[in-house]
Amino acid sequence: MTENEHIIHFLYRLGDNSLILGQRLAEWCSKGPTLEEDVALTNISLDNFGQARMIFSHLAELEANGKSEDDYAFKRNEREFYNALIVERPNGHFGDTIARSFLFDAFQFHFYKELTKSTNDFLAGLAGKSLKEVQYHVRHSGEWIVRLGDGTEESKEKIQESINSLWEYTGDMFATDDQINALTKAGIAPDYSVIKYNWYKTVEEVLYRATLKKPEDGFMQNGSLNGLHSEFLGHLLGDMQYLQRAYPNAEW
Amino acid sequence: MENTSEIKLTVDEIWAILDTIPDPEVPAISIVELGVVRKVSIASNVVTVNITPTYSGCPATERFMQDIRDFLKINGILEVNIVMQYSPAWTTNWLSDEAKEKLRVYGIAPPIDGTEDKGFLFQSGPKVVPCVKCNSENTELSSQFGSTACKALYKCNDCLEPFEYFKCI
Repeated sequence: MTENEHIIHFLYRLGDNSLILGQRLAEWCSKGPTLEEDVALTNISLDNFGQARMIFSHLAELEANGKSEDDYAFKRNEREFYNALIVERPNGHFGDTIARSFLFDAFQFHFYKELTKSTNDFLAGLAGKSLKEVQYHVRHSGEWIVRLGDGTEESKEKIQESINSLWEYTGDMFATDDQINALTKAGIAPDYSVIKYNWYKTVEEVLYRATLKKPEDGFMQNGSLNGLHSEFLGHLLGDMQYLQRAYPNAEW
Repeated sequence: MENTSEIKLTVDEIWAILDTIPDPEVPAISIVELGVVRKVSIASNVVTVNITPTYSGCPATERFMQDIRDFLKINGILEVNIVMQYSPAWTTNWLSDEAKEKLRVYGIAPPIDGTEDKGFLFQSGPKVVPCVKCNSENTELSSQFGSTACKALYKCNDCLEPFEYFKCI
């Protein structure tokens, strides 16, 4: 496989991470616990969709197969998606959403920070731009972890349970394969061990401030880089892709 | 559609036309003042305009592109090559003091230098955003996220009016 093919594979991972998280957060529209949170979650969703658009537009150029960014989003099936498993977890209650956001936002922050060093111009540019937005995301979710953890007995119990449930999905965020490893060696993709180390430090700091316990590492769910997902992704795609599938080639 | 005649405008004149295109969400300032237009060039009878998106998901970006085409078309440039430039990333540091004053007069508190929320997690101290209606410093943040990607929500504890703040990025 060529380096270009490795980059394409890597871009699918990045684009799908942002797209699926964007879709999950968009599900909160008009259902937020407060007006400010409704606005916050949907704003963050929009930022994620924007990143997905940048990535899929670039992918369309690289693959040069006549596809558009919309084709990438709306015309693939579950096993053709490469997002990390954690972003497809259902929204649950607000605490579940915040826990998922925090664990993933902290990853995105450190991931993009490392990616700004990429020797690939597009990736470095994408990282520089996205990092600025993700800073706001991780502040939002991180501060909520502290409010909920160091909050009432009920909020503390619920958010601890949310984090405990999601922990087994965190390992998959750092998954790599031969293709990504080759890109890391070439200075194009970041070093995931560095990202993981920094992620742990951030998560430990925030959980400490929130008077919450960091779960023990145990079995980690995996398989997303091979297109293996939970049942949840199918339902999410059914929702997201319905219009394009029911009315092919419909345009605004 | 090709330009059938030579391009009669200079690069400076094209910049001046682009400076008349308002930001659709904040019509007080132009897309040039916003720092969205990065470069204008003419080569082999083709006009190229390099633009940079503000926020990744900003829906106004498409509108900027359409407006650039429309405004230049009215001025005889029938075809424009628009190039999306991601690097250097757009920053509110590119807003001039004049542009910031226009924002304030329009009713949006302008970004305050040096408070870029690089404050990664609890590290940035509180900043004071004066109320755009009454100038009081007794204001508080309602939400870091507002009606558009670029704005946060504040409220004034003196005049009790809410207002938006153009976030530093």
